[in-house]
Formats: sequence, C-alpha cells, structure tokens
Amino acid sequence: MSYIPHTANETQQMLGAIGVDSIDALFEAVPATHRFPELDLPPPMSEMEVAAEMLAISEANDHAQDFAIFRGAGAYHHFIPSVVNHMLLRGEFYTAYTPYQPEISQGTLQATYEYQSMMCALTGMDAANASHYDGATSLAEAVTVALEVARHKRKKVILSHAIHPQYREVVRTYHQGRDIRIIGDRGRGEIVDLMEMLDENTAMLAVQYPDFFGQIDDLAALADAVHQAGALLVMVANPMALSIFKSPGELGADIVVGEGQPMGVPLGYGGPYLGYFAIRQKYVRRIAGRIIGETLDADGKRAFVMTLRPREQDIRRERASSNICTNQGLMALAASVYMALMGKNGLRKVGELNYYKAHYAANELNRLDGYSVDMSKPFFNEFVVACPRPIADINQALLAEGIIGGLDLGAHYFHLNDRMLLCVTEMNAKEEIDRLVEILGGLS
Amino acid sequence: MTTELLQPLIYDIGSPGRLGVNLPECDVPKVELPAALMREELPLPEVGEVQVVRHFVKLSKLNYSIDQGMYPLGSCTMKYNPKINEDAARLPGFAQLHPLTDESGSQGALFLMHELQKWLGEISGFPAVSLTPAAGAQGEFAGILMIRQYHIDRGEGQRDLILVPNSAHGTNPATVTMAGMDVLELPSNDQGNVDMDALHAACEGELRDRIAGMMITVPSTLGLFESTILEVIATVHDAGGLMYMDGANMNALMAAVKPGALGFDVMHYNLHKTFSTPHGGGGPGSGAVGVNEKLAPYLPGPIVEILEGGDPHHAEADVGATYQVARHAQGNGGRHTMSPLDVAVSTRHHQPPEENAATEPPLYGFVMPEKSIGRLKAFHGNFGMHLRAYAYIRVYGDSGIRDVTRYAVLNANYLRAKLMATYTVPYPRYCGHEFVLEGHFADAEDVHALDISKRLMDYGFHPPTNYFPLIVPEALLIEPTETETKAELDEFVKAMETIAEEARTDPELLRGAPHTAPVRRLDEVRAAKELVLCCAPARAAASV
Repeated sequence: MSYIPHTANETQQMLGAIGVDSIDALFEAVPATHRFPELDLPPPMSEMEVAAEMLAISEANDHAQDFAIFRGAGAYHHFIPSVVNHMLLRGEFYTAYTPYQPEISQGTLQATYEYQSMMCALTGMDAANASHYDGATSLAEAVTVALEVARHKRKKVILSHAIHPQYREVVRTYHQGRDIRIIGDRGRGEIVDLMEMLDENTAMLAVQYPDFFGQIDDLAALADAVHQAGALLVMVANPMALSIFKSPGELGADIVVGEGQPMGVPLGYGGPYLGYFAIRQKYVRRIAGRIIGETLDADGKRAFVMTLRPREQDIRRERASSNICTNQGLMALAASVYMALMGKNGLRKVGELNYYKAHYAANELNRLDGYSVDMSKPFFNEFVVACPRPIADINQALLAEGIIGGLDLGAHYFHLNDRMLLCVTEMNAKEEIDRLVEILGGLS
Repeated sequence: MTTELLQPLIYDIGSPGRLGVNLPECDVPKVELPAALMREELPLPEVGEVQVVRHFVKLSKLNYSIDQGMYPLGSCTMKYNPKINEDAARLPGFAQLHPLTDESGSQGALFLMHELQKWLGEISGFPAVSLTPAAGAQGEFAGILMIRQYHIDRGEGQRDLILVPNSAHGTNPATVTMAGMDVLELPSNDQGNVDMDALHAACEGELRDRIAGMMITVPSTLGLFESTILEVIATVHDAGGLMYMDGANMNALMAAVKPGALGFDVMHYNLHKTFSTPHGGGGPGSGAVGVNEKLAPYLPGPIVEILEGGDPHHAEADVGATYQVARHAQGNGGRHTMSPLDVAVSTRHHQPPEENAATEPPLYGFVMPEKSIGRLKAFHGNFGMHLRAYAYIRVYGDSGIRDVTRYAVLNANYLRAKLMATYTVPYPRYCGHEFVLEGHFADAEDVHALDISKRLMDYGFHPPTNYFPLIVPEALLIEPTETETKAELDEFVKAMETIAEEARTDPELLRGAPHTAPVRRLDEVRAAKELVLCCAPARAAASV
C-alpha cells in the first residue's frame, strides 16, 4: 500500500476501537447517492517503474544539460553550487511547514531571518519578507502596498513597458477587481515619459532594473520626481545584477521586488521560484506575508519568531490586504545558502563574469553582417539583437546545432519584429558563444 | 541583547577575504565596467564551504519535521513526502528545463501537466483544471475572480457578495477582499454545519441579487462533512450564486465523493497537502483549480491542451510510449513559431483525433482559455510540485488513491475515539481526516490549548493546529494523515493522556513548556515592538 503502513490486523483493531465494522461506515455523512465513485486513473505502479517513467518523460525535454542555453527573459541558467541542493534535501528543512511553533522551528526561522538580511544587503532596503510566489506576484503585491500607503485615495499605477510582459499581466490579473488605472506600458515610453505621467493621483511608478531588454536606464532623477508627486518608486530588480550594480536603495527606491530564481534555484520549467520583496522601514508594517524578527525566549536567550502577525489573513481575515499564506520558503532557503556560499566576493565575481561574457557576445554579434546589437544603454547579461531573418528560423537552425537561442521579441512588442533577446551567463563558455556567433554568421 | 544565539548568524562566522566557492577564470576578453553604475559595497557574509554546510546542518537540527515524527497540524495534511519524488524533481530534464523552451522541446513536461490536469479533474469530478496557481490561497483567488467575471459577463455585475461560514480558513475572507468583493459571514449550528436558517435568510432575502457565491470547506474545518451539503449548494444556486469548494481537506474525499458531482462549480487542490509535495518550511505549495463547464472559459492560464493530432489516450494506453512523445514532436518543431511567452494568440484546436492516429502521439501545448481571468504568476505554475504530484498519483493509482482517503479517515477517527475519554470532543459524529477537541479542562482552569501544544513538544510531537477553527473554544485541530502507524498514534494518545493528567497535578509544568526544545517560549510582543528584521552588518547597506 505504498506509503500507508497499516496491516490488516491493525486496521481491525482500530475499527474495533472506533466501534465500526468497516472503514466505509465512517463515510455515512456523505450523501449516499454520491458516495464512493469509481476513479478512472491508471493502475498503481512500483517505485522502480515510476522512476523509469519519470526519467523517460524528463528526457523528452530539451534541457540545459544537453543544450547550450542563451535564453533568459525572467528565468536564468546560473551555476548552483552542490551545497545548495544538499542543504535543501535535509528533511528537517523540506518536510517541515510554516514555523508556527517557534520553539521547534528555529532552523527555518533563523535561515529565513538570514535570507531577509542578505536581501536587505543586496537591495539596500531595511526589511524583506520571507517570500512571495515569484517576481510577478511580488510586483502585484507591491501595487497593493502602494495603494494602501496612499489609503486608496490615489488610483493611478504607472508601469514601464520595459517590465517583463508577464509581470504586467499578473499585476492586471491581481487588481482587476479594484477601481484603479494601470498605465504607462502601452507605448514605448522612456523614463522621462513615465515621469510626465506622475500626478497627485499616482500611487506608484514601477521600473525594471535591468529592464526586460537587459538595459540599465539613467534613474538618477526618477526617485525625486516620484517622491515629489507623493508616490512610491517600485523597482523590479534582478538580484544577480545587484551583485555589481548600485542597489535600488541607493537609487531611491521605496520597494524592491523581483525574481530570486537566479540565486540558487534551478530553471525547473518556471517554478517553484522565489518572489522577493524588500521595503523601507517606514512602510514595513504594510508588508504582506511572513516576516521573521528577533526576540528573546523565557530564559532571555536570543531567538527568532514570526512577527507582525496581526497583518495576516489568518488573524485579520477580510481586513487583510493579501491572502498569502503558504509562500516559497524552501526557495528562500536555497537563495540563503547560495548567497552565504557566494558571499561578498563570489557573488561580485559571478556578476562580473555575466557582464564580461554578455559584452563579449554582444560585440562579436554586432560585427556580423546583417546583425546589430542595441548598445544605446548599458546592459548586464541580456541584450537585444536585430537579426536579418525571422527569429523562429534562426532558433530552428540553432536548435539543430544543440543551442537554445534567444527569445523572439516580436510576439510581445510589435515594434521588435526580427529581434531576439539573448542572455549570456557564467554558464556559457567562450566556445559556446563563438559557436553561436558562427552559426548566426552563416545565416546572415 | 547580549546573550548568544543557539547558532551564530552567518554574518558572524566569516572572515574578510574567505571564499565559499571557486569560480572559473574569465575566458573572454574583459571590457571596462561602467564605473558610474557600480556599487561600492556588497555587505554579504564571507564564509567557507565547510562553515556554510555546518551552519545550515546545525540550523536544520533545530527544526522538527515529518521525517522525524508525527506532525498532526490540522488542515495542513502533513503526510510523508516520498523520497522518489525528490529524485524525480532533480532529473536534468525537469530541473534544467527553461520555462520558455519552445513547445517542441518541452513535450515531456507538457504531457505530464496534461495528465495531471486530467487526473485531478477525474478525482474531483471537474472537466477542466488549471495548474497555474502557486498555492491554495492563489487558487482561491483565481476561483473568486472567475466567479466575479462570470457574473459580469452575464450582466449581473451587481453580484458582489460571497458567503463565507465562520468556520472558514482566514484565506477565504481575505481572498474575497482581494478580488474587490464583500464577505457575508454565516454562523454555524451546534452540529458544526452551516446554519441553514441563516443561509436561507441570506439567499432569499433582500441581498439575493447580490449573492455572487459561497466559499465552503468540505469537510469543514472541524473535520466534519456537512450533512446538508446538497441543500447548501441548491440554496446558493437558486439564488444565482456559484459554489466554491476550498479543497484544503481533499485528503478526506478522494474516491469518497466528487465535489463536481455534488454540484460545486469550482474548487482548488493543495498539491502540497493532499498530493504529498513537501511543505518546505513554509512553501512552495501548488493550488491547482478545477471547474465545471460554466467556468472553464475563465480559468487562469496557461493550461495544457492537445494542439494537434494523435490519440489523446495514446500515452495512457501505452506508458512506455511517453518516451517518444516529445521526440516525435521535436521532429516537427518548425510547425509552431508561436512565442512561448505569449500563448494568448494561440488558437484552440477542437478537432477529434483521427481514427488512424492511434500510433501518433499528440502534440501538447499551452493555451489561454477564451475568457481567462489572466495569468496568476509568470510562466506556468510551480511545475516542480506538479511533477511530484504526478509521481504520487502514479504510485497509488486508482485503487491506492482510494486508500489514501480511507486510511486518513480511519487514523483520525481512531485518535478521536481514543481521546474522547480524556478530552472534550465537540460534535458527536464520525470525523473526516481531522477532528477538533477542546484544549482545556474544567478542573484545571489555568491550562490552555497553547500549554498542551507546547507540552506535546516535550513528548516528541509537533502540536496540532491551535485556536482554529475560531468557533471552538481552545481548539486543537488534529490531523494525523494516513502515513502514521497505529503504534505512532498510540504514542500520541499516551502523550495526550499524560498531559491531561499533568494539567491537574502539575499545571506549571505545562505552562512552562516546552522544556526540552532548543528554546523556550518566545516573547512575541517584544519581537513586534522592537522589529529587528535584519541583522546589523546587512543593514549597513541600507542607505539614503
């Protein structure tokens, strides 16, 4: 019976203790007309067979162990030190739940507190929560916080068009029931154009850093303009880029959100990932989700506990600003172990490797006839290449050579036909990059 | 605060210049970094690999977990998390698969999701399922948004009230608010069922035209199957509302009853509860939603459908053939130039499979349902949880899934029967997969549910959920799950009986518990007042 340990004898003893003849008798409250339906499911399988089937299914996918990957667009192929996985496989971590009982959950609590601390270090914020579902839902939750800070009197949310298209979709999904306007992302507005949209009805303005196209805008004047309008500046930041670039805190952001996947979480076909959420001290009581704080136990010993609990849905019910309960705790642990291992010097080095390799690839591609790379702004590890052929054709040719090419931007931005968003990370060896350049050169 | 932590903070065990990872040298020519954009400080720890390993191993040992013992946290279904699932999740074909891989290169993953959609639909009696919600709360949110949009599309946008029993999980009312709707709370009767008079009054009174639907947990958060469930559903439907089932307690229902057959319009599943995916110290979860035909066009997307050809039963008929599913499609990869980021533009194919197509595996792909409420997160859900749930259902199969529920209910009723002698167990009925008892004694007034919970730690158990549901005083909600042996349950009973005795003979022992845990009770007021949320070396980075 797989993971059910009962012997027939034990089952009989238990039924006797309950005072019924059969397990069926325990279901008498279920309407008889609907009780015990047949299920059309496949028959049971042994672990051996399931292992073989899972392997077979997994091998029907084009994965990064068989293919060179130059695709990012919100999910990044980075090196994950072996230690990360070994720590995640500690049953004490992954088979526990939310640390409702702090006395026997100090492991999860301290690891989460350390995660919060390291996210503050990266983003330049004062506090971070224990995670949201992913970068997109973190942004949607940031919108809620901004609306709450404005006490729902400001009804305008400005989003840059250079925020990940799916993140913007998720913001619209989350807030479809609210009386607010989400603007700014329908055209191709630059930062200055977004600044012109600010007014006394604006709750927040959000930009991505680096943006969806990999580029870094001049954000020097942005924070002041946003704050002058009485709004909040929200930045969606790739934490890997924060290893070398100025922190959003330095740039004046009020809330920093994003996808933590680049730090120790595998591609995994899009999830589970890690929505991080960091905020300035003055807004900390508006934060949704779990948050861990330090305190003392009855003996005066330092320890950790979930705090600011009265904000949460299980206590505040319909007056809570978010319904989040289960989060992405184990992924926060992955990021925590990753950041601890990489540390101050390692993470910077990874960031630099990404920068150098992406720039090497961009420079090489830019030299090819028929190709041009958008170098109008600084970029990190992604960039846009204008190509002489439809991107689908190019990607087909690359696939035949064992390479997963960049994202076809034309499908999301009408003005970006025949443009590919390429991503180069520390995982792409020079030979791989050279091979990519060679194949594209042959397709001009 | 000067005393030491049990384990020093990661920031306090490093030394300047120490490295935890060796990285390769840069193999491309370096370009100049843009000085004006660079950060000066990166206040992260500097710790070696061995120290990092020991740090996290020591932290892990401060946790209690299912792998160590029984974890009867009511409403959370803390069952054993099969190890094979962890191995499967780490296969390169899953772990190293980019979410924006073209359809042709992700047929294995798409096939798996399609099967899981089908199986979940079969288990609950719903024709359509979306796997995208990241957790139960997001599944609820999706469900309420669907109900809202359904009414708007029928020109009944004034329907803005969702009925929620007072026994509901806190996520239910919070969800309603997030969707921009209002909660109408319903009382429970002395049997733990919805008070039918109150329900009829709400559905037949002046608010009738504002009723959008009802959220209800089955079995209820008391672990009781609503004996009047069919009447509840009919009453809400008569008023024009739709029925949402919170599927947190699905472990009590599999092959016992199909919510879709009862008349529910939409429900969410918690793959991390019912289908064994690990709780991860707080997450990740996975909160798939199932719907009937009415709501199918509104599902959050993307969902997986068969785009082209093949025999949809192919893979199921011949499991060995799954291997070729993707390889076949890969050979025809050029057919689909649609960008993986944007499935909304894809057209749906409703052609029946050709008769001679039995040997041809179908081509799976993502589609956005016609009137979808939209995307709930980037990409397509917590796939790592989908594959674990797939493996779990595969292991049990048709006959085994039935036993999961049967033995979960047997274990809960056994505990309930054994504890009735020592504790007040409200509601004289058999329970589902969990039950509630009152954690206090008339002759030991100073002892509360919290004290009993903390004392259980000293006996090696994780406490039950306490002070929930709110309608039972000093509630202890106990859910043993099917994976506990009779011996383990008997140990738990013994501990509970000893604690009941201690409550009378030595109440201070309970009030001071736990005594054997790594730390004693924590000062939560201090935590909220002082708000130390981030350690000092990291805070140095916070600027402006």
